[in-house]
Amino acid sequence: MKSTVSRRNFIKGGLAGTVAATVLKENTSQAASFEGYPEGMGVLVDLTRCVGCRSCEAACNQEQKLPQPAKPFNDFSVFDEIEHGQKRRTDETRYTVVNRYDVPGQDHPLFRKIQCNHCQEPACLTSCFVNAYTKTPEGAVIYNAKVCVGCRTCMIACPFYIPTFKYSSAFNPRIMKCVFCYDTRLKDGKPPACVEACPQEALTFGKRSELIKIGQQRIRETSGKYEDHIYGEHEVGGTAWMYLSSVPFDKVGFDTHVPKEPILNLVKDFLGIVPMVLTIWPALFAGFHLLATRKDWLKGKTEDDHEEE
Amino acid sequence: MRLFSHQRPELPIVDHVKTDGTPWTLKEKLWLGLSMPDYFKQFFRNPVNWLMIGIFAVGLPLLLQRYIYGLTAVTHASNDYPWGLFLGFGLFGMVPLSASGFMLGTTVELFGRKDFHPIERLALLNGLLGYFFAVVYLEVDLGMPWRLPYPMVVSLGPAAVLFLVAWHVATYLSVQIAEVLPAFFEWIGWLKGKRVIRKMVLGLTIAGIILSTLHQGALGALFNYAPAKIHPLWLSINFQWIHFFCSSIFGGLSMVIVSSTLIRNFAGWRCDDTFKKSLDDITLKLGKGCSLAMITYLVIKLVAVAHDQEWEYLLTGWGGYFMLELGVGVILPMFMFAAAVRNNAPGLARAAAFISVVGIIWNRLNTSMIAFNWELYPEIPHWKEVWITITLYALYFITYRFIVYRLPIVYRWKGER
Ligand code: SF4
Ligand code: SF4
Ligand code: SF4
Repeated sequence: MKSTVSRRNFIKGGLAGTVAATVLKENTSQAASFEGYPEGMGVLVDLTRCVGCRSCEAACNQEQKLPQPAKPFNDFSVFDEIEHGQKRRTDETRYTVVNRYDVPGQDHPLFRKIQCNHCQEPACLTSCFVNAYTKTPEGAVIYNAKVCVGCRTCMIACPFYIPTFKYSSAFNPRIMKCVFCYDTRLKDGKPPACVEACPQEALTFGKRSELIKIGQQRIRETSGKYEDHIYGEHEVGGTAWMYLSSVPFDKVGFDTHVPKEPILNLVKDFLGIVPMVLTIWPALFAGFHLLATRKDWLKGKTEDDHEEE
Repeated sequence: MRLFSHQRPELPIVDHVKTDGTPWTLKEKLWLGLSMPDYFKQFFRNPVNWLMIGIFAVGLPLLLQRYIYGLTAVTHASNDYPWGLFLGFGLFGMVPLSASGFMLGTTVELFGRKDFHPIERLALLNGLLGYFFAVVYLEVDLGMPWRLPYPMVVSLGPAAVLFLVAWHVATYLSVQIAEVLPAFFEWIGWLKGKRVIRKMVLGLTIAGIILSTLHQGALGALFNYAPAKIHPLWLSINFQWIHFFCSSIFGGLSMVIVSSTLIRNFAGWRCDDTFKKSLDDITLKLGKGCSLAMITYLVIKLVAVAHDQEWEYLLTGWGGYFMLELGVGVILPMFMFAAAVRNNAPGLARAAAFISVVGIIWNRLNTSMIAFNWELYPEIPHWKEVWITITLYALYFITYRFIVYRLPIVYRWKGER
């Protein structure tokens, strides 16, 4: 009696496992095969042209209706601000910041603008368990505050420390990050506010594939001026915002240790074992159970041994 | 619990009926068969309860503050360290310590090891409460706690590791509730319910193994998302999920040893003779299991260091800290367990279990907070964050105790079962 009950249960469990496995597998492979949009737009940031005027910061603040900062945008003492030994970073009041780097051997400081890099296969997107992020065909990585649960895994996953959380709100918290001005501009094919505001043409807006060509051209045509590398061409699987620099990238605050493949690849192995466990475990452990209780069963015991205890 | 003196032979409650044949009412069962003044008298005589009152007196207002003014009010609201103690301790620490449920469920129900039976229910309860409180911690940490079910019903992100964790923890919680329900049904005297669940026990146990393997591992795999942020010694892309799974085995077993020790020493009146008599023997057997799991874990740790070619890191300060963690948190208790088994010394196994529980929590905190952002700066949690973490743990403690005092967990129900 016991064994019949058990067997039926095994079969049920096995079936459920298989169904779950197929569903899961389809879903993961669907998301895993996403390669970004080749036709998407991007921005090429040329560090050699940036003068640190902070016009982009001001434009973004206005475009995204962010709160007025304590120090005005023409106050350059912000470049000396250090918190926890770090230069300024994005937070819930600013989607982009410019930082100054005094590189030894250079006669002038270099400035680097940071904002979301709008990765081709964004880590924030793939790590979010409610799919709050979307990579649009135009190239922007946008965020839907209506479904976000506030677990902040995306902040853990973003290799560039970009998404920030509106911790200050108890009832309406949300992720705050650059959205490539998607709703207000990019959607209509217009360049983002920060790009338009730049007086030095340090930011070039265009198709990502074109930008890579432009970057390579600049490197080629001014021999020795640039590092022979476009940061973002391959980093974390490629980003829509990319950088050119005249000094090694790690000297101007870039993390050069980020993987050269999408972050998603690093969890693929684990996601791959899931269907296996779901399908194999039930049979395996059912087998163990039959083996372990074989003697009782052979003896033809009919009482349920759970009841006998 | 000295009020259960000789004048009240029917206490503690172990049956549906009193000695004179009249049934216990639910209210009497809840009050442990004591009159209300007696109950409070014994309650306030216990210094632990005063400690609890002290913790809650500060902790509850802090919790209120968190829900009214947001996380900024009680944490450092760091964008560099999105996860603090609530998850580092509450989720990543509590879940491996709750692996006991599936471990002993499997041993007793699947492998037919009846000798572990006296501790099975405690292990299941320990698992259930650990998971439940991991979710409680999560509810304090989430930005929008009211959206907890979103990943299940509103918007699914099935390619995310956390999606697996959410689904598995949710289903596994229901499995564990079902596994603990028989004790509850015995206690309230609804035996039909118990029979129904008993029929499903095998299915539940197998579901438990699957779900546990996956989400214990998934908690580790979550850190694979931050390859450039975590110190290489604490992150091994290929082995992370195995490390987490394997360490949860001795984490869970050690936690049952710790909790059974506390119960035997401080709630001896509640244990029946079978539990008390078999406990030493069971403790040693569990200890043996722990030491085997630990040696496996150590080997896989070493394999990971070798595979990722990280030997030179071992010579740095971080390497020293890494070896300290392994030495104190794993190797030391491993030898203690082994010695305890060889010399038949359950006391030593209990000490080892205590160390290994601390070791697991230490490892999870190291991975999620200390080795995280190792190239930036260390984040020291706000004192309010620490206090809330302790408050929730106190809540866990009293819930645990409340149930053990009442339901037939460490004693056998005398009446009809
Ligand atoms: S930079 Fe960070 S936030 Fe922006 S798309 Fe990439 S992973 Fe997401
Ligand atoms: S915080 Fe929101 S957007 Fe980020 S991973 Fe969690 S649910 Fe997704
Ligand atoms: S693209 Fe738009 S949102 Fe992003 S930094 Fe520029 S102005 Fe701000």
